[in-house]
Amino acid sequence: MAVRVIKEKCAGCTKCVRNCPFDAISMEGRLAVIGQACTECGACVDVCPFGAIEKTAEEKKTADISAYSGVWVFAEQRENRIMPVVLELLGEGRKLADEIGTELCAVLCGDHVEKLAEELAAYGADKVYLADHKELSVYRTDAYTKVIGEAIEKYKPEIVLLGATHIGRDLGPCLAVNCGTGLTADCTGLEIDPEDGKLKQTRPAFGGNLMATIICPDHRPQMSTVRPGVMQKAERDDSRKAEVVKLDVHFEDGDIRTKVLDIVKKTGEMVSLTDAEVIVSGGMGLGNADGFQLLKKLADRLGGTIASSRAAVDAGWIDHSYQVGQTGTTVKPKIYFACGISGAIQHLAGMQNSDYIVAINKNESAPIFEVADYGIVGDLYQVIPAILEELDKSAG
Amino acid sequence: MKFTEQHELIRKLARDFAEKELTNDVLDTMEETHVFPQEIRRKMAKAGFFGIKIPRELGGAGADNLSYVIVMEEIAKKSASASIYVSNPNSLSGGPLLLSGTEAQIGKYLKPIITGEKIMAFCMTEPGAGSDAGSMATTAVEDGDSYVLNGRKSFITMAPIADIAVIYAKTAPEKKSRGISAFIVELDSPGVSRGKPEEKMGLVGFPIGDIILENVRVPKENLLGELNRGFSNAMKTLEVGRMGVAAQSVGVAQAALDESIKYAKERKQFGKRIADFQAISFTLADMAAKVEAARGLVYETARLKDEGKSITKAASIAKYFASEMCNEVCAKALQIHGGYGYIKDYKIERFYRDCRVFTIYEGTSQVQQMIIAGQLLK
Amino acid sequence: MKILVCVKQVPDTNEVRIDPVKGTLIREGVPSILNPDDANALEAALRIKDKDPGTTVAVISMGPPQASYMLRECLAMGADEAYLLSDREFGGADTCATSTTLAAGIRKVGDVDLVFAGRQAIDGDTAQVGPQLAQRLGLPVVTYVQDIRLEDGKAVVQRQMEDGYEVVEVKTPCLLTAVKELNEPRYMTVFRIVDTANQEIVVWNHEDVGLDPQECGLSASPTQVFRSFTPEPKGKGEMLSGTVTEMAAALVGRFREKHLI
Repeated sequence: MAVRVIKEKCAGCTKCVRNCPFDAISMEGRLAVIGQACTECGACVDVCPFGAIEKTAEEKKTADISAYSGVWVFAEQRENRIMPVVLELLGEGRKLADEIGTELCAVLCGDHVEKLAEELAAYGADKVYLADHKELSVYRTDAYTKVIGEAIEKYKPEIVLLGATHIGRDLGPCLAVNCGTGLTADCTGLEIDPEDGKLKQTRPAFGGNLMATIICPDHRPQMSTVRPGVMQKAERDDSRKAEVVKLDVHFEDGDIRTKVLDIVKKTGEMVSLTDAEVIVSGGMGLGNADGFQLLKKLADRLGGTIASSRAAVDAGWIDHSYQVGQTGTTVKPKIYFACGISGAIQHLAGMQNSDYIVAINKNESAPIFEVADYGIVGDLYQVIPAILEELDKSAG
Repeated sequence: MKFTEQHELIRKLARDFAEKELTNDVLDTMEETHVFPQEIRRKMAKAGFFGIKIPRELGGAGADNLSYVIVMEEIAKKSASASIYVSNPNSLSGGPLLLSGTEAQIGKYLKPIITGEKIMAFCMTEPGAGSDAGSMATTAVEDGDSYVLNGRKSFITMAPIADIAVIYAKTAPEKKSRGISAFIVELDSPGVSRGKPEEKMGLVGFPIGDIILENVRVPKENLLGELNRGFSNAMKTLEVGRMGVAAQSVGVAQAALDESIKYAKERKQFGKRIADFQAISFTLADMAAKVEAARGLVYETARLKDEGKSITKAASIAKYFASEMCNEVCAKALQIHGGYGYIKDYKIERFYRDCRVFTIYEGTSQVQQMIIAGQLLK
Repeated sequence: MKILVCVKQVPDTNEVRIDPVKGTLIREGVPSILNPDDANALEAALRIKDKDPGTTVAVISMGPPQASYMLRECLAMGADEAYLLSDREFGGADTCATSTTLAAGIRKVGDVDLVFAGRQAIDGDTAQVGPQLAQRLGLPVVTYVQDIRLEDGKAVVQRQMEDGYEVVEVKTPCLLTAVKELNEPRYMTVFRIVDTANQEIVVWNHEDVGLDPQECGLSASPTQVFRSFTPEPKGKGEMLSGTVTEMAAALVGRFREKHLI
C-alpha cells in the first residue's frame, strides 16, 4: 500500500479514522491500521497531527511512453452534428497541446461526416482522423471501440479526451481496457504538470464532497472523460484548415454485437441546462410538483429554463433530465435561482460555478446561503411573484 | 445490547420501508382522509411484517420478539398509526390464536391475517368494562352445536374494517374473570353490527369503534382455547401487546427527539441557535437519556420473551415507563418548537396527539402500576 | 439461466457533511449501503427470476470483509448465491484493476447467461467498471439500460440517452448496466432475512481467482490519486433584507445595474 502509517509516530488519536472518507482505517490497540478499502486519497495524511501517515509513490517499471504524442479529442457526433462538448474539448485540448508543444487532433467517426472535419478544423484541430463507414453512422460500443482503439494503437496519442456524455462514458472505459491504460472519469479540471509534462486530472468524487487529482504516470495514452459545460469552448475561425487522415475501417461478421433498432427522442421541450443563461431551480421547498409552474413563469420571463435538485427528482416531481448536481448536470449560467433548495453538497457541486447565485429559502440557516451571492429568507411562493411584479414594473 | 446481523437487517428493512412508503405526502393525506392506504398494508404483508415472530410452520416469518419490537420502533418513528397495522396481526389479533388456536383454527384464521388478506379485531373492552375487564357483560350461552353471543364491545381497534374478531364473553358469569371464554367470530355473521368509527384525538388512519352482538350464533369449533379460560389467554396476549406499545412509544419519542435536535440547530433567537442555550440543550439531553432508558427496557422484555421467560412484570414496566416517557418527551419537543410545534406544518403536533393514548390503551398506566405492584408484593 | 449481478458497498454520500470550520469530511455516522444503481441491477435480475423460477441469481462484490453485510442484504432481497472478492492485495484498485478482479471472480463462478451491474457507484461516479468488465469478459455491453426485454438468444433494451433513448438489440450472453429508471428495487423480506441468516457467503482471495498480486489492486492500477482535497466554498454573499417587495426590488435592481437582465 502506498499510504502507510509510521508506527513510531502514531499516537492513537483516531483522527484519521474519523476523517477517512472510505472507512478504511481502524484501530488496533493504539495504532491506526489502513485496510483494503483504502483508495489512497490521502485525506488521512493531511489530518494527522503527528505526521504519522505518509504517502509514497510506488516504484514501477516505466513502459516506453516517449513514443506517444499528440492530444486527441473524440469528436462525438449525433445525426451528423458535432456535440457541443466537443468544442469545449477542443478549447481545453488546445491549451494542453500548446503547453506540451504537440498537435491537437480530432477523431471523427460516422457515415458521410467528412464535411464535419472542416468544422473541427475551424475550432482548432490541427489534424482530423476520419473514420467514415455506414456501420458508424450511429454510435455502437463495439464498432467505435474497434475503430478508435486501432487508431490509438497505430498513431499513439499522448492524451485522449472524451466528453462525459452517455456515449463518451460508454466508449472511454472500453477503449482504456483495450489500450491497456487508465481512464479518469468526469474531469472538471485538466492541467499539465510543468515539471514532468504529465496530465493532472481533477474530478469530484464522493458525491462531490471530495476533489481528487488523478495521474496516469506509466501508461499511455492518458485518457479522461470531461464533464460537459465545464471547459471553455474553442473560438471558431473558418480560415483554419486541418490535415484529414482517413482511417482504415473494416468490420468482420460478429465484430459488432449490437443493433440500434430505434432512436426515440423525448417529446416536449429539450432541456438544455448547459446552454441556459438563466436557470430557475426548485427543490423540496416547493412542496409539490405544481410549484415548478411558478418557477417556469420566472424562467420564461428571463429567457431561461427550469431545473431541480435531486430531492425534487427523487420525489417524482420532475424528470431526471432537469437535475442539477453531482449525479445530474453541471451548469454555469449567468444567474442561478435556487428556490426551496437547502443546498446539499451534491447539489452545490453542480451549480456553484454559476456567475450569480440567488438563494430563496424559508430556512435562514440553509447551507445554500453559504454559496449564494444574494440571499432572500422567505417563502418562495411570495418572493417569486414579487420578483415577477418588480420585473414587470421596472420594464414598463 | 448486541444485535445479530439478522436484527440489523430487519431494522434496515423497516427503516427503508418507513422512509420510502410513509412519506410526508402519504401521512398528510392520511391525516385528511383518515384512510390508511391499502397499498402500503399490502406491501407490509409482502415484507413479512404481519407475521414477524409467528413460526414459519404457521405461515409466519419465524423471527423473534426482538425483531418484532425493532420493526415496531422503526415504523412508529414515521407513523404511530402505521405501526398499529404491524402490531395488530403480530400481537392482539394473532396472539390469541397463536396461544390457544387449534390447527384448524390457525389454518383458517391466522394465515389470512399474516398475508394481509383479512383483518382481525381483539374484542375485550366494553362501555362498562375498561380496566376492570373481568366485569364484562357480554355473554355466550351454549345452544346445541353453537354458542349464542350477546353484548357490545367498544373502542375496538380495526372494528370498522375487520373481517374476523376474537370476542371475549362470559360463559360462566358467576365465576367473574374465571368464567370468560374466547370465541372466533366472523363479522359477516347474522346479528353482528358495528358502531360508527370513533372520532379520535390522534392516531388518525387506524379506525376504532364498537362491535355489537345480537344473538350471534358461533359454531362450537370456534371456541378458542378451553372453556372459561379466556381471561388468561387475553392477559398473555396483552403482555405482548404492551411490549409493542412500549416499542411504539420509543419510536415516536425518538422521532420527536430527532425533530427537536434538528430544529434547535436551525432556529435562531437572540442572535444564536436555540441549541446554544443551555435550557434547550439540557432539555435535549434529558429527553435522550429517557428515550435510551425506555429502549433498554423494551429490548430487555423482548429478550426475556425470546428466552421463554415470563414477561408479565417486564412488559408492564416497559409499557408504563415508555408510554409516560413518550408523553413527556413529546411535550418537551413541542415546547422546544415553540409556536411552530403547535401548528400542523411541523411533525411534533401529530406526535403529541398520537402519543397521548399510549398511557391508556392496552392497560392504562394505573393498570400497569397494579400489575407491577402485584408482582412485587406477591 | 444463471444471472450474475455485480454490486458494491458504498458510503451513503448523501449523508456526508463537511465540517464548516475545519473543511474536512464528517464521516461519522455515515451508513454503508448497497449502491443504488446496483440495487436496480439486482432487481432486474430478480424480475427475470420471478418469471422464470429456474433462474439462479448470484451477486458478486469486491470489497473489505464488512461488505458481506451488504451481500446478506442482497440475499434477503432474493439473490440465491453471494460471492465476495476480498483480499488486501485488491486494495487501492482503480476501475481498471477492479474490473480485472471482478472478471476473474466471474470466470470462477462459471457460465453465466447475463451479467448485470449498476451504471455507476455513488462514491466514485465513474461508470467505468461495467463496460471495462464486459471488455475483459469478451461480452457485448449496453450501458444506461432503462428497460429490458429478453428474447431467444438476445435482449432488446432501451439505452437511456440525454434526450431520449435508443432501442438496442444485443446478443446474449451480455453485460447490461442499470439506471434508476429501470425499476423500483424490492425490499428485503423478514422471511428471506431469517432464511438466509446462515447462508454461506463465498469469500475468495487473489489466489482463489487465479490472479497474481501484480494483476490486482494498486500494482495493476494505471491511475493513481495524486492528491485529494475538499472543494472550497465560495465566499459569503449578501443577504437581502426588508419586506418581500423590498427584497425583490433590491435583487432586480442589482441585476439591472450589472446589465444582466
